[in-house]
Amino acid sequence: MILFSKLIMPIIIITIISYAFFKKNNIYESFIKGAKEGVEMTINLFPYILAMIFSINIIVKSNIINDFLGLLKPLFDILRVPIEIIPMAIMRPVSGTATLALMNDIFIQYGVDSFLGRLASTIQGSTDTTIYILTLYFGFVGINKIRYAMWVGLAADLIGIVASIVVVSLVF
Amino acid sequence: MINIIWALFIIIGIGYSLAMGDLNAVNAEILNSAKTSFDMILTILPIIALWLGIMTIAKDSGLLDKLASFFAPVLSFLFPEIPKGHESLGFISSNIIINLFGLGNVATPFGLKAMESLQTLNKQKDTATRSMITFLVLNTSGLSIIPTTVISLRVMHNSTAPMEIIGVVIVASLISTVFGLIIDRIWGKVCDNR
Repeated sequence: MILFSKLIMPIIIITIISYAFFKKNNIYESFIKGAKEGVEMTINLFPYILAMIFSINIIVKSNIINDFLGLLKPLFDILRVPIEIIPMAIMRPVSGTATLALMNDIFIQYGVDSFLGRLASTIQGSTDTTIYILTLYFGFVGINKIRYAMWVGLAADLIGIVASIVVVSLVF
Repeated sequence: MINIIWALFIIIGIGYSLAMGDLNAVNAEILNSAKTSFDMILTILPIIALWLGIMTIAKDSGLLDKLASFFAPVLSFLFPEIPKGHESLGFISSNIIINLFGLGNVATPFGLKAMESLQTLNKQKDTATRSMITFLVLNTSGLSIIPTTVISLRVMHNSTAPMEIIGVVIVASLISTVFGLIIDRIWGKVCDNR
């Protein structure tokens, strides 16, 4: 499996290059054209990323999310959801870096091969930063009426987190 | 929508810090966030330039269309509104494949190209289309076969079995993707009928 994950990128690249090579395409020109577009694209992304990081980090650093969770502890106890995992579950759709930091803390505090360590890994691997992706992708093409996209995305995250808890409890 | 969320995050964040009387963290963050986002651009710029270059080779040589026609049955089921043979289908399929391997940063340029291409089919330029929302559900539900980042972190923390989570990740992300798509389909239908 480790070998396989090392093989992915080289294989994608050699497949694309050799296909185009045998088709007698102007490979070099295509590459430069795309790379130029990539530079422009990223620079145009800066305002969106700045806006998002600014607002997300302010709410994260204000600690309101953690304080609010403390109040809900009895509810999670009833549902038999480990309270330690909740901050990570809440942060997951909002911020990738914050979630990685929380997962790191769980690894250090409880051990990477503990139940919580495995659960944190599974949540991290099976969900994504929904709000980040939505603002980035919609912002990029200039769409501000995103209709029901946010709710479907967040519902999928919730399902993913619940599924992670259930599956990890059953398997390990 | 984004407008409201953006403003609320800032108002609630600063308001709560004011109420709690702890302004140090927020003050530091106001200064930091600009730098953090610039660092992020510096990190992703070379990756996006490189992979958009590689992808343009695939597109110009016709490989992307080949890929799209291979996935055509699935794609036309998921995206009934995209005309057959439209260029967005090639971008969508490559974005999803790369996401499956857990290479999120590499997938981003492909996803943005897909959105750009979907926008050409859009009649109301400021409003999301059903295809766009379905595409983003596929992206945000985190379907993956190999969660590369998590595995490398587990290796870093000396896990005795860094790979053991692959199976549960596949199952959990499959569940969230399937339910996400079902909710998306139903919601889309309800919205269109109103």
